[in-house]
Amino acid sequence: MPLLNLNLKVWRQDSADSKGRIESYEAKEIPTTASFLEMIDIVNERLINDNEEPIHFDHDCREGICGMCSMTINGVPHSKEQGITTCQLHMRKFSEGDTIWIEPFRANAFPVVKDLVTNRSSFDRIIQAGGYISARTGSAPDAHATPVPKADADAAFDAAACIGCGACVAACKNASAMLFVSAKASHLNHLPQGQVEKDSRTLAMVRQMDEEGFGNCTNQFECEAVCPKEISADHIAKLNRDYLVASARETAS
Amino acid sequence: MSLDSRIPAGPLADKWTSHKVDSKLINPANKRKFKIIVVGSGLAGGSAAATLSELGYKVDCFCYQDSARRAHSIAAQGGINAAKNYQNDGDSIFRLFYDTIKGGDFRAREANVHRLAEISNNIIDQCVAQGVPFAREYGGLLDNRSFGGAQVKRTFYARGQTGQQLLIGCYQALSKEVAKGGVKMHTRSEMLDLVVVDGHAKGIVVRDLVTGEVTSHAADTVILATGGYGNVFYLSTNAMGCNVMAAFRAHKRGAYMANPCYTQIHPTCIPVSGDYQSKLTLMSESLRNDGRIWVPKSREDAKAIREGRKKATDISEENRDYYLERKYPSFGNLCPRDIASRAAKEACDDERGVASSGLGVYLDFADAIARDGEDAIRARYGNLFQMYEKISGDDPYKSPMQIYPAVHYTMGGLWVDYNLMSNLPGLHVLGEANFSDHGANRLGASALMQGLADGYFVIPSTIAVYLATQRPGTVTTDHPEFKRVENQVNNRLKSLMEIKGNRPVDSFHRELGLLIWDKCGMARDEAGLREALEKIPKIRDEFWANVRIPGSANGLNQELEKAGRVADFIDFAEVLCHDALNRAESCGGHFRSEHQFTEADEEVKDGTTEAGEAKRHDDKYLYVAAWEHTDAGRPPILHTEELVYEEVKPSIRSYK
Repeated sequence: MPLLNLNLKVWRQDSADSKGRIESYEAKEIPTTASFLEMIDIVNERLINDNEEPIHFDHDCREGICGMCSMTINGVPHSKEQGITTCQLHMRKFSEGDTIWIEPFRANAFPVVKDLVTNRSSFDRIIQAGGYISARTGSAPDAHATPVPKADADAAFDAAACIGCGACVAACKNASAMLFVSAKASHLNHLPQGQVEKDSRTLAMVRQMDEEGFGNCTNQFECEAVCPKEISADHIAKLNRDYLVASARETAS
Repeated sequence: MSLDSRIPAGPLADKWTSHKVDSKLINPANKRKFKIIVVGSGLAGGSAAATLSELGYKVDCFCYQDSARRAHSIAAQGGINAAKNYQNDGDSIFRLFYDTIKGGDFRAREANVHRLAEISNNIIDQCVAQGVPFAREYGGLLDNRSFGGAQVKRTFYARGQTGQQLLIGCYQALSKEVAKGGVKMHTRSEMLDLVVVDGHAKGIVVRDLVTGEVTSHAADTVILATGGYGNVFYLSTNAMGCNVMAAFRAHKRGAYMANPCYTQIHPTCIPVSGDYQSKLTLMSESLRNDGRIWVPKSREDAKAIREGRKKATDISEENRDYYLERKYPSFGNLCPRDIASRAAKEACDDERGVASSGLGVYLDFADAIARDGEDAIRARYGNLFQMYEKISGDDPYKSPMQIYPAVHYTMGGLWVDYNLMSNLPGLHVLGEANFSDHGANRLGASALMQGLADGYFVIPSTIAVYLATQRPGTVTTDHPEFKRVENQVNNRLKSLMEIKGNRPVDSFHRELGLLIWDKCGMARDEAGLREALEKIPKIRDEFWANVRIPGSANGLNQELEKAGRVADFIDFAEVLCHDALNRAESCGGHFRSEHQFTEADEEVKDGTTEAGEAKRHDDKYLYVAAWEHTDAGRPPILHTEELVYEEVKPSIRSYK
């Protein structure tokens, strides 16, 4: 099995209020079949053996679905590879002697907790503001009571594929959360079940997004480029449209 | 001691309905006075927290992840079963019940499984109402596919990410209740102990993973929905953080651990590639709808493939052994997971494995692509194929996937009665964390069903049976027991930090996992289990003498988190091996090599089954084994719950 020797430049920060710094580490004899996070595991095991503190990073499922892993690799959230999360990146994509810069997802609304770990609870609060359909348990009609045209179901699904990782925010020069918010709203706004609360949902989610300190969207589409689930920026257009309609109705009422 | 499952009287199909009628209710004005702790925010915990809050209870929900939406239910790929019979292919509640009982190798409770089958339909309705985007046909109706152990199409799915879509539905319902103030969500918080007051579970002690602060939380009842213990094997398809700590802490405080030896090894995972490997990736069982599993007929061909001298496509059709189709003609590649896994192991033990390690078999889509076209296969499994390609570097449209079984799900768990309450009053256990519905083997697409059944529909009703006997708010964190447990927790954290040894936590986890996989994995025998039981205490001694945890306990410390979990896995592994040793039979996910059919058996001669199949001993083991914790160094004490089959007669499971 081919082995790689790499130079890592890693963001280290002891806690939320301390100052961060870039530290250099050597990652020696890394198997090309290892995942990127397994490479960090190997480095961490060596750091522990050398009595140093391991690099802290968020991760859990390691199969690209929980949305927990969140590294900016050589300046790009989840790396420059398309359609993957950090945990799905494998070392065969790197070459002998490469220098790799590893930083957290950066945004004012995602404060660093430690090293590469950030606090993304702002996303939870956006969902709490209105990112749901109020269907109390037990009150549902038969699942076939409302057929959903396949095109609508598919469009809703495309949006629902969002894993809430926040790469879109980290990639945006304004740290805008528009791709996330539009995907979450678009999923529900596309479905017949989601129509009743469509206006209130749209307004509440957008207002919460602003309150959390995310920036504005200036249509650069960096978000779409880094999204591990390849969610289309078209959803942003839909959100803008839904927001406009909802605001007009709110003003009129 | 024999355990009382509190199964309601009456005909099987009426038990759940009459139980709901007979059970006490809590009136709406009183509900808000009761506080409920829910640990875990996956499908079981999240749906329970949301629904209990909708009912008016005050809920505190805890999860170790940074958001409730990241619980490992999210990773379930294939689907969720329901007896809707939308396909008009002869499905019914009874058939789903029967398939589940049979799939579980006749080691599950009839009453629980029937209730699960009844509720399955409500779950689909509920999820659709929440906006879960299940796959649909062009007419706008829901689509279904088939899964292992069933001959009907009853599985609802959302591409290859059914778990994520169901969990998002559940998380959104939970978020709605958080906004309304009914649920207080505690993320990045790990339960480190259970607090028992006068014999009742009345609270938990929690560590804030960011600040390191240890705090107490009191409630009128505690619900654990903390998932399974698959990571005792180190390598599994579970998320890295999945652990047994909450369940094991409850076990140490008096809750019985039931049937831990029932562990599910999933047949279709990506093979291990090296010793640095941190987890195994599942390829959904749905792939077996179209993929054909095979190995070469000859060892020479297999060796040539392993050494890179031949490719899969070099092996002609007559030299391939489609062993599942050969052995189980009527279920073929869709036989249950335990059977498919063991068959893969047999092929590899016979030196016909194809991965470079020798531990791999082919899952081949060439026929399906030729029949339906590449586009159709892409539409069905595109994201799974893509996932495989990313991990392995191979293109499964061009050459067959290599797969091998991996630990996936654990049917065992904390013992609960029909109301999902443990033998420890006030402690309720839901989802994978309990032992209740899958017997010795879980069928595909049934985990999501059980998690949501428990959380949305069972516990909201049965929790009142306990709460009706309690005066709300009688125990607060001022009770001295909370201080005592908090001190114990702090002392344990301090002991871990003070060891300052020479080995990282992971090295112990890996050592334990290899031992358990080797001695208590896909096949077990008495000698191996006894060996494991001798070695585990040595790992424990070495761990507590030589683990190295850098940093401090006053803040985020991921090594400390792992250390606490691994310490409990080590202790839990002993219960697991004791249970596997006690159960001197083979059933479902528990295969004891000494107990298999041989050519000498009548059942083999008359063609009922084949040599090498699992041999149950219903005369001796038709019971649930529930283990009581004793002090360190002494084996756990066995309690049993007899399994009574009124509707179904246990038989030799046949998928021929």
